[in-house]
Amino acid sequence: MSPTRRSVLKGIASAATLAATGDPNAFAAPRPRKTPPADAVGLLYDATRCIGCQACVVKCKEANGLPPDTGTPRGAMYDAPDDLNAKTKNIIKLYKGEDGRTSFMKTQCMHCVDPACASVCMISALYKGPRGIVAYDPGKCVGCRYCQTACPFNVPKYEWETAFPKIVKCELCRHLLDKGGIPACVAACPREAVIFGGLETLRADAKGRIAREPKRYFPKVYGDTDGGGTQVLYLSAAGIPFGKLGLPDLGDDPVPELTESLTHAVYQGFIAPVALYSILGFVVYRSWRRQRLGKGGEE
Amino acid sequence: MGPGEGRRTGFGSLEARGVSRREFLRTCAIAAAAVGLPGWTVGEIAEAAVAGGRPPVIWLHFQECTGCSETLLRASHPAVSDLILDLISLDYHETLFAAAGKQAEEALHAVVRKNTGKYICVMEGAIPTRDNGIYCKVAGRTATDLAKEIGLKAGAIIAIGSCAAWGGIPSADPNPTGAMGVPQFLKNADNAPYLKGKAIVSLPGCPPNPYNLLGTVLQYATYGTLPALDSLGRPTFAYARTIHEDCPRRPHFDAGRFVERFGDEGHRHGYCLYKTGCKGPRTHAPCSLQQFGEVVGAWPVGIGHPCFGCTEQALAFRVPLHTTVEIDRPTPPDTYPPIHADHGGVSTAAVGVAGLTVGALIGAGAMAAKKLGASKGEGKEESDKEAK
Amino acid sequence: MSHNAAAVGGPILTRTFKVCLAVFAMCILVLAWRFVVGLGPTTGMNDGFPWGIWIAFDVVIGTALACGGFSIAILCYAFNEGKYHALIRPAVLTSALGYTLAGASVIVDLGRYWNVWKIPLLWNWNRNSVLLEVAICIMTYVFVLWIELSPAFIEVWEKQEKFPLLCRAARRVHRWLNRYLIAILALGILLPTMHQSSLGSLMLIMTTKLHKLWHTPFLPVLFLSSAILMGYAAVIFESALADEVFDRPRETKILASLSGIMVAVLFFFLGVRLVDLALRGRLGLVARLDFYSWMFLLEMALFLAPALLLLSRERRNNPGIELISAILMMLAGSLYRFDTFLVGFRPGPGWSYFPTIPEMTVTIGFVAFEVMVYLFIVKQFPILHTGVSPHGLEAAAPKPSG
Repeated sequence: MSPTRRSVLKGIASAATLAATGDPNAFAAPRPRKTPPADAVGLLYDATRCIGCQACVVKCKEANGLPPDTGTPRGAMYDAPDDLNAKTKNIIKLYKGEDGRTSFMKTQCMHCVDPACASVCMISALYKGPRGIVAYDPGKCVGCRYCQTACPFNVPKYEWETAFPKIVKCELCRHLLDKGGIPACVAACPREAVIFGGLETLRADAKGRIAREPKRYFPKVYGDTDGGGTQVLYLSAAGIPFGKLGLPDLGDDPVPELTESLTHAVYQGFIAPVALYSILGFVVYRSWRRQRLGKGGEE
Repeated sequence: MGPGEGRRTGFGSLEARGVSRREFLRTCAIAAAAVGLPGWTVGEIAEAAVAGGRPPVIWLHFQECTGCSETLLRASHPAVSDLILDLISLDYHETLFAAAGKQAEEALHAVVRKNTGKYICVMEGAIPTRDNGIYCKVAGRTATDLAKEIGLKAGAIIAIGSCAAWGGIPSADPNPTGAMGVPQFLKNADNAPYLKGKAIVSLPGCPPNPYNLLGTVLQYATYGTLPALDSLGRPTFAYARTIHEDCPRRPHFDAGRFVERFGDEGHRHGYCLYKTGCKGPRTHAPCSLQQFGEVVGAWPVGIGHPCFGCTEQALAFRVPLHTTVEIDRPTPPDTYPPIHADHGGVSTAAVGVAGLTVGALIGAGAMAAKKLGASKGEGKEESDKEAK
Repeated sequence: MSHNAAAVGGPILTRTFKVCLAVFAMCILVLAWRFVVGLGPTTGMNDGFPWGIWIAFDVVIGTALACGGFSIAILCYAFNEGKYHALIRPAVLTSALGYTLAGASVIVDLGRYWNVWKIPLLWNWNRNSVLLEVAICIMTYVFVLWIELSPAFIEVWEKQEKFPLLCRAARRVHRWLNRYLIAILALGILLPTMHQSSLGSLMLIMTTKLHKLWHTPFLPVLFLSSAILMGYAAVIFESALADEVFDRPRETKILASLSGIMVAVLFFFLGVRLVDLALRGRLGLVARLDFYSWMFLLEMALFLAPALLLLSRERRNNPGIELISAILMMLAGSLYRFDTFLVGFRPGPGWSYFPTIPEMTVTIGFVAFEVMVYLFIVKQFPILHTGVSPHGLEAAAPKPSG
């Protein structure tokens, strides 16, 4: 068989074997599931109670010192952002179904139990801090925007229009929590559509509401296990699945699990790179010596 | 009727009482506007009124506080109250009658006999039904009997006030007298057959705006028809929309500016009273458009107190004053961002430049390949020669 | 360890050089503007697409095209194929330039670039972050490449008796190099293995945002193999180009056997890609014949075409076909990366991205700069090989340095 045909077949065969049998998950290092800290706090948003008054949007801006969004893109109203952005950490969106049903949807950071953004941030500018809040430290941030690409909810936003940009996202008003307060959006809500408290209390409350009024609610608490669980839980009206409200279907596996288990498997304790390096060093040395001594490689 | 002739007929008699023609027409205009009739009907209403077409009105009182009668009389211009009484022929009214006792009763029955099937029966107050209705008796007769006898012979029945419309205060829990509204009473199994399809107009409110009554009555007097009614018998010209939909404080609601406690900064600024328990979002009434006493701002929200939903059976005297309610028929404006907003497009110029660049690169590559392919012949010859 | 390499010589300010200079000047102007007003006004990047061509092309595709040094090093040192020695220096030069400019692109793309010195500090490291691994690896590899290339400079500077300081420094470095070269060369194979696969791993976390035709746990394997491919292809392309431009005889035999190796890698890549998709039941997505299907099919065609073209030995010896195949391979790998980072990336409805003209000017300007520096170095320093034996093999074994 000519060398090329051999190498072709070798190439295909090894590829097929690798793809078919080498389930990368088998090579992945086991990664224990993260649990929320004992003092984890969160939000519970009940879309059936929300009246869309947008007081939470107004108060969030006030509490966080955010400027009005005067962009008016495509003829929009003054200070009526169409999505989270560099000036808007919390927003109320409206779902209008074809059957005429409507629902409001409060959108802000989900404060995931196992956040993708904190997993990918090179030097932990985004990190999971006290109370399980996913916090941002602009002092460390280099503005690489990996967190933006990684977040499945598209939450972190960026200050594109300035030479000194930061990442902008809800941090559960931790500056107010530190002083014993509650997040501004919760304080503003006239209907207690969004409430604040310990995560487990909120989880039990949410499940209790579904149990008591099953005809009113969609039978699931979003964030209970989605993407490994989030500290912001959602309840939707019966007949309006969470996908319609813009919440992605993440399954129960934490978002960073695949990446981290694969890379840990390779880089665990840096063993593999060091081993490979040693082998390479040896091989290179041998080859170099051989070539030095005139035994040049000839096919 | 030529110019000047009016003086000798109805207008003349009004002027004799010190009522100017202008004030009279103005009242008719307000009433027409209130009922939603176009401007050109004002003349017809005025003519019908002065031409002696004042419909006879019998006004019955049951379990009530007389507030609904009072609302008719509480006007900023005293002359208007006279006008109201002159636009309709109020042939029986216990509070306003000079007569009393047997004389009053005889007058009542005379009017009923003379105008059977033609008079308007206005009922004010709830009808107690427990224990055979003994909890309200007028001239020795129970309210239930009176309502049946006089109501069923009327041309039209108007239940004025929340008490007559659905039971009002007397029907508040635990409702010891079995009080109920006029429509509910007259439409029950026993009485319905006698109703013969007569419409019962409900004008709930505690009290309702006087122009609700005036508009309804004027339309009946002028055209013989009743205004369009909703499923609860309420004229849609007054009760189709909620307070919330036309509230002057709505911009504050939309902007999230609320009064938190009476007397606070927000209260001083006139912010939305939703959080103090305003029932406006679920209360159907025209108060936010047409206030009381012909004075702008003379209504609860206008003076800084939340609406308590006096027209609604589910709210008034049932839901605590400061409990917040859901919005009826919420129609979120399109100014809310959609779940997935459109974040803008792409510059065609950039696409053009990119296309040109890529095209140029491909072209250069193809050319280079062709050139090298041509020199392939030379290379092969040389290496063949060397090999030999 | 010198080859039969020599500086090409000739004037620096040729027409090509001047054109590249003009383009680069425009690029500098755009960059000045970018640093004054920020990324928003100058680029098409937005919250839905935070990474644009400065990452997808300059860094991801650019470093892969600059993997020539890596690919040749594997052959020369790991598999002991000494006959490729003539290609090492040009490949390493291209690699060094390519990686340096990729690094420059990163600095330009970073929003808070003044914090970049905090990245190498160990105590800051988030060891879960794939991007950290990429950053540290690339930072180190840039140094390694210039050290690998330094013998070319040292050979010249050692002889500059007119500048005794330079001369002495060069000699001292030369001695250091002799001792540690093996460690450096081994690093030169290890580091790209790590970061080229990690560039693929970057996209692993986007389980819901990367189109199912591209998201797979095999991303690191696919990126590494296509990087090797693109590296070889780049070497073939550049050596063909250099030989043509500087009017040298073609290294037909060497390049022909390189092409043979690439066929194996091409089939490996195709095999992993297709078998993985088939086993996970995702081939149905191709049958949809929507935009993504067509991009996928284009990718497959670009990988398959050179594989089929180069199957016969005769065709491999044809410089025209060789060049076309090399170009096709570079396009294939580039399109694969483009698709993974930009085309297949779907943040949700309502978001779109296309680079702006200033953004493209910077990318093209960086490439122009690379061409300028390449031309300069190749003319001043012994990078390109001199006369070759008729069979395209090294005439003599590499001489010991000294």
